[in-house]
Amino acid sequence: MPCLDFPAMENEPVVQVTGLVKRYGTKTAVNGLDLVVRAGAVTAVLGPNGAGKTTTIETCEGYRRPDAGIVRVLGLDPVADADRLRPRIGVMLQSGGVYSGARAAEMLRHMAKLHAHPLDVDALIERLGLGDCGRTSYRRLSGGQQQRLSLAMAVVGRPELLFLDEPTAGLDPQARRATWELVRELRADGVSVVLTTHFMDEAEALADDVAIIDAGRVIARGTPEELCRGGAENTLRFTGRPGLDLGSLVKALPDGSGAAEPLAGTYRITGSVDPQLLATVTSWCAQHGVMPEGISVERHTLEDVFLELTGKELRA
Amino acid sequence: MSAGTYTPRPGAAPLPRMIAAQTALETRMLLRNGEQLLLTVIIPALLLVLFSAVDIVDTGAGASVDFLAPGVLALAVMSTAFTGQAIATGFERRYGVLKRLGASPLPRWALMTAKTLSVLVTEVLQIVLLTVIAFALGWSPHGNPLAVLLLLVLGTAAFSGLGLLMAGTLKAEATLAAANLVFLLLLVGGGVIVPLDKFPDAVRSALELLPVSALSEGLRDVLQHGAPMPWGHAAILVVWAVLGLGAAARFFRWE
Repeated sequence: MPCLDFPAMENEPVVQVTGLVKRYGTKTAVNGLDLVVRAGAVTAVLGPNGAGKTTTIETCEGYRRPDAGIVRVLGLDPVADADRLRPRIGVMLQSGGVYSGARAAEMLRHMAKLHAHPLDVDALIERLGLGDCGRTSYRRLSGGQQQRLSLAMAVVGRPELLFLDEPTAGLDPQARRATWELVRELRADGVSVVLTTHFMDEAEALADDVAIIDAGRVIARGTPEELCRGGAENTLRFTGRPGLDLGSLVKALPDGSGAAEPLAGTYRITGSVDPQLLATVTSWCAQHGVMPEGISVERHTLEDVFLELTGKELRA
Repeated sequence: MSAGTYTPRPGAAPLPRMIAAQTALETRMLLRNGEQLLLTVIIPALLLVLFSAVDIVDTGAGASVDFLAPGVLALAVMSTAFTGQAIATGFERRYGVLKRLGASPLPRWALMTAKTLSVLVTEVLQIVLLTVIAFALGWSPHGNPLAVLLLLVLGTAAFSGLGLLMAGTLKAEATLAAANLVFLLLLVGGGVIVPLDKFPDAVRSALELLPVSALSEGLRDVLQHGAPMPWGHAAILVVWAVLGLGAAARFFRWE
């Protein structure tokens, strides 16, 4: 029966947060945050430690009552409609959540029993590489195995919407890639995913939409491409004979571009670096009998954008 | 796994199935835990055998097993409903188990129902074992089994309320220490193996108000002396149950 609900849901956001405020005592963790999560998309919530990522996610999961603002998840109020919402979402907490004496497979099988149409538990265990530790008690699993079990517990009930709080924290590169692969498969099958992460490459690799949070607010949002484009200008570098006359080069370049020789023989062109600009530079070099060596275009990564927006100093 | 494996098909399992699964899991966790078994099975059984066989404490007229068996049954109820439940629930809270289950389709009331059922299943196992041992030691119980059942249920309610209050408000380590200390103190001062009339009168009238004293004395009235339903002891247990469960419902923190 719930399947019949999906066509109507298709174009509505699965999460809509408007003006969320959450305080703990005198500390304001979330301060007027807006967030929209599209159905069927992977949305990454990025931010430094203490930015309010977990508080936001946990408010969507129904753990926290907002001090102000409106939170709607699948059209429901996560606190008032908890009993109707919880069967439809999958939750991966940042840590814990398992009886210390429970075996991995036992706990996953138990979560499956709480749902009407769960996934095949044995296949999921295989898929996540937990086959060897099915009979190992939770406290004896490695950190990475505990993370993967927690992910399996979030997925096993076949949810419409998944909340993953730092799903790859503490994983080795192989396990991280395996988790990414699973998230991609979930998305391909129509599951909406909200994940928080510190890792820029993770957001770039997985997310359709990114929201960057700092000090309890969203300070930037968009697709990874939009965010990278919207950041500072890109740079083209090459080396050649020192002391070239850059005046004529700047005249040939579009307005707003710049050229400099920060080190003798090392040239840096800034501006909107596109194929046309690259052609202009190389033909100018040809006219001046210069062989541009080591020519490179530096693309801005989400990490550059992130550091530019949130500052480079360390956070508590 | 092929395409379409994860196509959403959400839904909660039927409530009875969820509660049965949760009860089975809670009971397995309890029976798998060595420290819990020491508290709930080995200590009560040892006390029953030791104090019946060796005349360490003067238990009054009649076979000492007739005095000891009701007290040890009260101790068994306390060890499971109070001490064991407090420690297990305290650590479940600490390790985020309660939090995680709170995001599952299992409603909170259903989780508490499952915990209660798991306590009752464990108590049945304890009572069967202790009864067999007591009969082997020559126990001859009297009285109305329904009165015994009612006292056991009221005692379970009183101890559960106090155990959950402790688990839901204190840190897990503090719960572990306090629950064991209370177990030890009530074992000595709650009429379990030492008759309350060994204490001075003023102390005795205070000790009689303790839940474990009310349960052990109530069970003794019925099982040893064949008395009808001991309403005074039952009333004390009801007051503890109302206070404990009420405070637990009010102050319990899930995280």
